[in-house]
Amino acid sequence: MPILEGKGVTKYFGGLAAISNVDFHVDQGEIVGLIGPNGAGKTTLFNLISAALALNSGVIRFKGEKISGLKPYQICRTGVARTFQSVKVFPNMPVFGNVSLGSLFGTSTGMSSADAARKAMESLDFVGLSAVRAIPAKDLTLANQKRLEVARALATKPELLLLDELIAGLNPAETAQAMDLVTRIRDKGISIFMIEHVMKAIMSICDRIIVLHHGEKIAEGTPQKITSSKKVVEVYLGESVDAGS
Amino acid sequence: MDISRFTSKRSVLSGSAILIIFFLLATFPLYSPGYTVVLLISIFMYIIITVSWTMFSGPTGYISLAPAAFFGVGVYTSALLGFVLPLPAVIGIGGLVSFCLALLVGALTLRLRGIYFVMFTFGLVELLLHFILWWEVNITGTTGRVVPTVDNTTVYYLMVIIFAILMLTAYFIKHSKFGLALQSIGEYEEAAAHTGVNVTALKTVTFAISAFFMGAAGATMATRWTYIDPRIAFNPLLSFMPVLMAIFGGMGQLYGPIIGAAIFTYLEEFLITRFPYYYMLIFGIIMVVAILYMPDGLVGLLQKLWKRISGTKYADT
Repeated sequence: MPILEGKGVTKYFGGLAAISNVDFHVDQGEIVGLIGPNGAGKTTLFNLISAALALNSGVIRFKGEKISGLKPYQICRTGVARTFQSVKVFPNMPVFGNVSLGSLFGTSTGMSSADAARKAMESLDFVGLSAVRAIPAKDLTLANQKRLEVARALATKPELLLLDELIAGLNPAETAQAMDLVTRIRDKGISIFMIEHVMKAIMSICDRIIVLHHGEKIAEGTPQKITSSKKVVEVYLGESVDAGS
Repeated sequence: MDISRFTSKRSVLSGSAILIIFFLLATFPLYSPGYTVVLLISIFMYIIITVSWTMFSGPTGYISLAPAAFFGVGVYTSALLGFVLPLPAVIGIGGLVSFCLALLVGALTLRLRGIYFVMFTFGLVELLLHFILWWEVNITGTTGRVVPTVDNTTVYYLMVIIFAILMLTAYFIKHSKFGLALQSIGEYEEAAAHTGVNVTALKTVTFAISAFFMGAAGATMATRWTYIDPRIAFNPLLSFMPVLMAIFGGMGQLYGPIIGAAIFTYLEEFLITRFPYYYMLIFGIIMVVAILYMPDGLVGLLQKLWKRISGTKYADT
């Protein structure tokens, strides 16, 4: 059974269909990539899943239960965490405060403050930020702010993680670290749905890829199948397929 | 390890300092002249309004200009119930009515951000003022009401008690997980919501708690004025003063708004008596200088000076 499933998901901005009638699913333990040109509706789809936006029609289910119509904090507590395309860490809060907010508020059962602190430390250790836990988040590098967002999301004990352009803007060394982080998260048993433009990264770590164009799903399949799809090459990848380097 | 020992030593120190301050406050009317007690009452009035304003607006950044509305509701509760119920009950009800009003208003308006929220909260003051004015002119036929008077010492002690409860509440909120969540709302509300914080409920309830204390202060202060009308009860100046006082004192620490309100009120009293004609001008100049040169308020300035003197950059790195 898929952990996340969308059927006929549709969103209009005025008269424009930002997402029209898209079906998608993420299976347990899978890394699914979401790609497409700018303005294809990728982030809109994430906003619909995480309830930053309300959908016009269709339904989204998480572990078989309907989650469309819930509030963002409820989505988070059911086990769907996310990061943001433009990094949204709490700039004046220490790194540790950023993450402990996640462990204090992000679970439906709630944690004692000692457990929450432990969970926050564990998440910081996992992404490799425990050494800088006392400094304000705004003083971190972009790569570390992105890792901090991941740590904050992990502290809410998610079963599904939505990563919105985790790798964009990182240098090659940081990119390799971020890719390693994604696979390690999956190895913890957390399913991943990720938006990415860096083709090399997405082709090598995703089990399956969904391609959006003008709000419609135009292709879906394994990385090999996507790179050989004529339609995808036409609208997104361009003629020479080694794009992304 | 050193840090924790240091902080526990510090908390013992500040704990005993707080006890001594409250002991002094409690025994104050016994040995001081009546005028000083009256001055302290108005200082406490501004402290209570400013601290409760900062409780909500400080961390979240939602600048509320509604204090005069919540204070006025307390004043009117006192005028309506003062002859029927004992004073402590009147104060409690005054606080509760403000609390409920803030819940309602908060649920409706806390989705507004920035300048829209500011304008709406200020509109609330004007709305209540003119509604009650209209009511009194057209329905009851009399403007203004008489409030039963209470002696100054009693009012003073009531204000000290409200202040003490307020400080406990503010301390608890600031140091609990809700304090962290309020700060996260101020920094990135959207991210806070996606991290599991029920932002609407948290904002509304905190807004209402802060309104409770403003209402309680209003209900107490009404007894000092013997006669009130809507223009006295819903004085718009009471909406702006806490903002200025909190900025002047600094919002980073709990004692910032206290110091700001205390100095401001004393300054006002001093300037009015010494320079009755230039008082507003001098006041304005002091405010401009404070905003230009003390962005973190008086407390921020003192902390900066202290760091320079002691030579440490960060307390714990």
